[in-house]
Amino acid sequence: MSDTPMIEVSSLTKRYAGHTAVDGLSFTVGRGEIVGFLGPNGAGKSTTMRILSAYLPATSGTARVAGFDVFRDSVEVRRRIGYMPENNPLYSDMRVREYLKFRARLKGLRRSRCRDRVAVVMEQCGLAEVSRKIIGQLSKGYKQRVGLADALVHEPELIILDEPTIGLDPNQIRSVRQLIKSLGGKHTVLISTHILPEVEMTCNRVLILHQGKILASDTTENLQRIMCDGGQVVAEIAAPEAELRECWEGLEEVEHFNISSIDGAFFRCALTPTNGTDLRPRVFQVVCQRGWGLRELTLSRHSLEDIFVHMTRTNKEEEGL
Amino acid sequence: MRVFLTLVRRELSGYFSSLTGYLIIAMVALLVGLSFTVLLEALTKEAYYMPVTDLFYSTPFFWFVLLLAAPVITMRSFAQELYSGTYETLMTTPVGDLQVVLAKFTSSMIFFILVWLPLLACIFILRYYTKETAPLDVGPLVTTFIGIWLLGGLFMSLGCFASSLTHSQIIAAMLSFAFGITLFLLSFLSLIIPPHPGWQTALLDQISLVVHMQEFVRGVLDTRYIIFYLSLTIFFLFLTWKVVESRRWK
Repeated sequence: MSDTPMIEVSSLTKRYAGHTAVDGLSFTVGRGEIVGFLGPNGAGKSTTMRILSAYLPATSGTARVAGFDVFRDSVEVRRRIGYMPENNPLYSDMRVREYLKFRARLKGLRRSRCRDRVAVVMEQCGLAEVSRKIIGQLSKGYKQRVGLADALVHEPELIILDEPTIGLDPNQIRSVRQLIKSLGGKHTVLISTHILPEVEMTCNRVLILHQGKILASDTTENLQRIMCDGGQVVAEIAAPEAELRECWEGLEEVEHFNISSIDGAFFRCALTPTNGTDLRPRVFQVVCQRGWGLRELTLSRHSLEDIFVHMTRTNKEEEGL
Repeated sequence: MRVFLTLVRRELSGYFSSLTGYLIIAMVALLVGLSFTVLLEALTKEAYYMPVTDLFYSTPFFWFVLLLAAPVITMRSFAQELYSGTYETLMTTPVGDLQVVLAKFTSSMIFFILVWLPLLACIFILRYYTKETAPLDVGPLVTTFIGIWLLGGLFMSLGCFASSLTHSQIIAAMLSFAFGITLFLLSFLSLIIPPHPGWQTALLDQISLVVHMQEFVRGVLDTRYIIFYLSLTIFFLFLTWKVVESRRWK
């Protein structure tokens, strides 16, 4: 049982009248993973999540959660997931504890277990001080936490969160991310977002979606490695520009370089190595030898943002051709 | 069953945590009270040889309450959840579609029954003050309430059906009002179509809500009518169930 992957999706397609929201999606998510769905608005993230949570049927293809088909064994699937939809809808006329109790009962928890679990998730999500408040009067951050607590209350194997940090202030975002991170290992988590640092910070693995298709699926580190394959080094050096040029031309490890003037005496040099070697020790050596001033020396790592922009752009170019 | 009761409790508490619930209760209490005063006035003038429930029914407020209160009671059941998106969180928990439909119907039915309680109070007041002179029959009283509940059941299931069709509570209310008034007006077809013996007249008699209710308030419990209301109620609940299920159709 435990070796069946948590999510198995194969050639999943969802067509609405006139357009295809999800187009032949296939991926697998193992138990205990935190996977991020990344994509621009309308990429098919929410639709995929709705299919996985057995809310919408797929047009074709199959999706399994913990070995159960989302369409045929929908109740079994729903027993195993905690789903927080986009915009986090709640009953605004209920009180926090009352709502969580109601949801726990709906998800089949017995009375005593329900009481315990509600207390635990309220503690976990920092809701203890608002337990008697009416949900409609809570701030956005608290509402979001109520939604999260609801998704967690029955200890589901799979937690699906559709844009969990949207509309929160930076502090709240940080605490929500911390919470999501702490869920890994014990639960499988699938979160969707279009905020890139979020995926970088919380997820083990990213699936980049664009126009209903997967563009890339890898760990965040691997994706970055792919992108900084060139091993470009950026150095900010105070030296005469002519000397810098002459120096980089003389170094055989540097394939090509780019010098731009920043403030004062400093120049920004972007150096690309010939065969993927790390240029940093060499650059430092040279700078020391010549007695130049050095204030920054880094290996330029592309953020997911670059990867994302790069990938969606190449995709568009291919389509254009 | 546990889940069903949880759902019914939630739905019922929804009526009492919003203003609509209290507005409906106030409106019905007002209308019932008005018809009670009309009835009292009539009773002080001359003697009537019919049950008090029949007298009450002959005031115009009865249909007013039924036709207006029913859409307002049921309009929120599905439309509100569809609009706010809570429908999605509700349907992704391990609850059955039929369970949801029945829970919504049951809670609106319970609310409907509660809303009619002032009528009982009026009749008991009447009974208390006229102990000797005008004995009140328990029979017609019971059949009147059975009639109200049967009609209410039909209107509630109609309302739930209308509400499941749309995201807007206003449209849901208008739809169920339209359904309800159409059913009600069918009673008057027999006035327009000249009565000549035949199956048409027989059919019109069978589907006339006014005729049915007239029988109930007189203390007549006709099984044909009971079956008529129960089957129509079940039919509309079935339709609602199918609408809820249709989301999962490919």
